[in-house]
Amino acid sequence: MLRLSVPVRLVLSRLTLPVMLALSLGMIVAGQADRNIGIVLRGAVDEALAPLYSAVSRPMGLLVSDRNALGAWIGMHSEVLRLQAENAQLKRWRSVALALAVQNQSLKSELHFVPTPTPAFFTARVIADVGGLYARSVLVTVPRDSHGVADAIAMDGGGVVGRVVQAGVRSARILLITDLNSRIPVSIGRHGEHALMAGTNGPAPRLLFWPPGQPPAEGAVVLTSAEGGIFPDGLPIGVVHYLGRNDPAVLPFAPMDRLRVLRLFEYQRGLDSFSAKTSETFVQKTRP
Amino acid sequence: MITMVQRNLWHELDRLARASLPAISIIMVIVFLGVPGLFPAVAVLRDTLTVMSVYFWTLYRPSSLPAPITVVLGLFLGLLTNTPIGVWPVLLLLIQAGVLASRRVLVRQGFILIWGALIVCMLLTSVFEYCAFCVLDFTVLPISPIVLQVGLGSLLYPLLVPLLIAAHRGPAAPELA
Repeated sequence: MLRLSVPVRLVLSRLTLPVMLALSLGMIVAGQADRNIGIVLRGAVDEALAPLYSAVSRPMGLLVSDRNALGAWIGMHSEVLRLQAENAQLKRWRSVALALAVQNQSLKSELHFVPTPTPAFFTARVIADVGGLYARSVLVTVPRDSHGVADAIAMDGGGVVGRVVQAGVRSARILLITDLNSRIPVSIGRHGEHALMAGTNGPAPRLLFWPPGQPPAEGAVVLTSAEGGIFPDGLPIGVVHYLGRNDPAVLPFAPMDRLRVLRLFEYQRGLDSFSAKTSETFVQKTRP
Repeated sequence: MITMVQRNLWHELDRLARASLPAISIIMVIVFLGVPGLFPAVAVLRDTLTVMSVYFWTLYRPSSLPAPITVVLGLFLGLLTNTPIGVWPVLLLLIQAGVLASRRVLVRQGFILIWGALIVCMLLTSVFEYCAFCVLDFTVLPISPIVLQVGLGSLLYPLLVPLLIAAHRGPAAPELA
């Protein structure tokens, strides 16, 4: 083994911290110059931790569910759970009704209704809350046979929760609608005025850039808009609520602080296959 | 002879485990605070506990948390929490540099002064963190998470310190191996 003299060891120990600091500053520069470094490393960490999180979150889920010793001890707990489930179902129906009312209104104004394609979807369990001080994201499990879930839309029973920004073999990272970097084009109310919903890290994302002279009405339902091509039209997000004068925000239908099971809809893949199928039919029909 | 080699091996393993306890405990805290439904405000709690742990171990047992390990911890925290790469290693190293520079004075002080120094440390770290995120995102970020982080860190330290002291005197002491 290499034995260093005392002065050399002293110099080395004094140099370690400045060298590491310089290295870390270099990491910041490299991370900003090439965003792929962060994406690749983050993906590797997510993939490595996914089995561990999966194993740990299962007993946690059992602990809070009703079918365990802890739940059975407390008699009232099951009643509370039943009421919560019923309430959640009613909320789901409410959001469905609001979305249908908006859809009905728009359908009345249209004579030629083009059906939207049915998206492929699968259910994913939230295994980790990996948000930071200025980031809101969760890690979910994905089935092994799922490919290309990037940009898939994540929905809770109530409404849109976020979208997949990074997907691996075992896990996917979902950027929540409350994240500071989240920007979603939305349509508001019965007439579908367009606006932009921007995450604030708080529980209620803000509404920006609504049409001049037409401020969003308190309680109006907020749906996704197809502007930008990431989200499809008409998915329920929440309702408008004014936090202050001229400061409309969206109260999400989904319980953003206690997400457990999500559905990931692959609208992009659905749209691609739909348009391919449509153009194929069109070619066949127009072939002489 | 074999028994002696075995004894030395166990001794070395014991020493290594004790020396690596601070780093491993910080990694475990970072990982397990990600389990959904475990604690509220985990995002703030995770950063706060990491800062407090780095502060404590650098003050009382700096040899257990050398700078390269701190870089790994910061990198891991940054990658897991979706923050710009490299920011957390710099922040943790700055805490370490500050604590090491004032260690000789601080270590002789009572709990109140050390707690006060931690609050100053949390405040400076949070200000650096806020400025770094604002510059890297080219935006003015809300200040409330930073205030929450400083407040939570200041209040949690007295609750956490008995646990850290017990670890420092027992399982994290390589000299007891």
